[in-house]
Amino acid sequence: MSSLSRDEVAKLAALARIEMSEAELVNLSSQFGSILDAVARVQELNLEGVKATSHPQPMENIFREDVVQPSLTPDQALSGAPAQEEQRFRVPQILGEAE
Amino acid sequence: MIKNTAAQMSASLAKGEITSVELTKLHLDRIADVDPKVKAFLHVDGESALNQAAAVDADRASGKKLGPLAGIPLALKDVLAQQGVPTTAGSKILQGWKPPYDSTVVAKLKAAGVVILGKTNMDEFAMGSSTENSGYGPTFNPWDLTRTPGGSSGGSAAAVSAFEAPLAIGSDTGGSIRQPAALTGIVGVRPTYGAVSRYGLIAYSSSLDQAGPFGRTVLDTAMLHEVIAGHDPRDATSINAPVPAVVAAAKSGDVKGLKIGVIKQLQGDGYQSGVQARFNESLEILASLGAEIVQVDCPSFEYALAAYYLIAPSECSSNLARFDAMRYGLRTGESDGASAESVMNSTREAGFGREVKRRIILGTYALSSGYYDAYYGSAQKIRTLIIEDYKKAFTQADVLVSPTSPITAFKIGEKSEDPIAMYLADVATIPVNLAGICGMSLPAGLAEEDNLPVGFQIMAPAMQDQRLYQVGAALEAALVSKWGGHLISKAPALGGAK
Repeated sequence: MSSLSRDEVAKLAALARIEMSEAELVNLSSQFGSILDAVARVQELNLEGVKATSHPQPMENIFREDVVQPSLTPDQALSGAPAQEEQRFRVPQILGEAE
Repeated sequence: MIKNTAAQMSASLAKGEITSVELTKLHLDRIADVDPKVKAFLHVDGESALNQAAAVDADRASGKKLGPLAGIPLALKDVLAQQGVPTTAGSKILQGWKPPYDSTVVAKLKAAGVVILGKTNMDEFAMGSSTENSGYGPTFNPWDLTRTPGGSSGGSAAAVSAFEAPLAIGSDTGGSIRQPAALTGIVGVRPTYGAVSRYGLIAYSSSLDQAGPFGRTVLDTAMLHEVIAGHDPRDATSINAPVPAVVAAAKSGDVKGLKIGVIKQLQGDGYQSGVQARFNESLEILASLGAEIVQVDCPSFEYALAAYYLIAPSECSSNLARFDAMRYGLRTGESDGASAESVMNSTREAGFGREVKRRIILGTYALSSGYYDAYYGSAQKIRTLIIEDYKKAFTQADVLVSPTSPITAFKIGEKSEDPIAMYLADVATIPVNLAGICGMSLPAGLAEEDNLPVGFQIMAPAMQDQRLYQVGAALEAALVSKWGGHLISKAPALGGAK
């Protein structure tokens, strides 16, 4: 039986930038054991020498001519922004000035 | 009129028996009438729909040559960007967002003159099998309003099943078109990966996502498929090849001499008896039409569900990183001096629902150092084995078949507290996505024990989508003649049908 502690879930939530409530952390931790057991079945087979597939299609780089294409205007690009200033996305403080 | 097929509506429009404005009004009336019960739509824009319809009518009057779906109404899954129209992917984090551009699917619909009625409900970011994970409440199955329509494209499937629209667009990452089509008694197709552009399709799991058509008949579904498919330079994974002749195949429907492979691993334990019975009956019908039925073995399919629930969450944990409260969508927690990181943390907590968080955490775990090889790495290798199983099976048969869903429509709330039980709903549809091939679900009748629709799944190799329609049309014609009409005509009236 797999398990993931409340603290381990909290660490993952921090990595995923989600500020989870205590109740959510405890709930997710209690569910994770059975979810991990279900997905851990991928380890039952001997997979030595099997190639990994990341994509269903053979992929190759695709190029186009380096010419200007129609694109969004600044107003369109900013139309969904929570905040903007001088044709730029306005974001909260990103450097630790307050500290 | 609203109970007609899209092909019949198209003929009526061409003959001038009805205008697109009249047809659109009938559907808007139907939505006003039944959608308070079904809740298929998140957003209906009647005025815009009527404007689109009037434009098609004007073009027709001026003698302009129009495509077969010009003037036909359609319901659009809210996962596809439509310029200036609220697009949420069923998530609170995108509430009120109006995309500044059209997805390629929407651009193609508009170019074909299809009238977009509105955006349909879905499991948040397409993560779910019941539409209960929507941030805006569930959709109800028109066959039984206490049950789910399946998911994640449950709103689109319910809209078509309830005669709110003759056609709809969904998206299918692990079965999200085929499973709701099965549970609501209609036809749904997941085209070959790369056949329909993903430009403007809000990403859940990029190597698995694919938009596709819903209709009440195989031919209607093919007509919509032909409109939305085709190469798009804006999607680097779009296949640069001609669209398979799906409409012609839907009109021919001949299976004589065709080899149909029954996948041993996708039946038996866990499959409801009425589902198995309808499936077997369809096989007998196909045999009586001259197809040869063979048994095929796909041993690694036993591991498909486990591989999917590592690959899809891993990709989603990366894809959903874009919802960072900076450029669009929700922003919360912006008090004086709050850092960008704390705003991000607080916004993602407030904006994402339970299942989305669960999958982001699972994906973050599966990709973290120390676990990567054991989980994500192994899942990718299982994916290779599944592709090899399909390759081998397609040397023995032209198409492969199975029940679409192991069970019929389940009750609202029945599985919402048990993620594993919910994940099992996709056990028969997931292998198609992992291999990037195509699949169809069409109605095979009602299960005896609960009188609810059963779906029959057909699978074909990549870019052989026409085979789905060829076999589907043959089976549909035989079943319709046996039943004396389409299965959907047995659906409850929901009151007010004209």
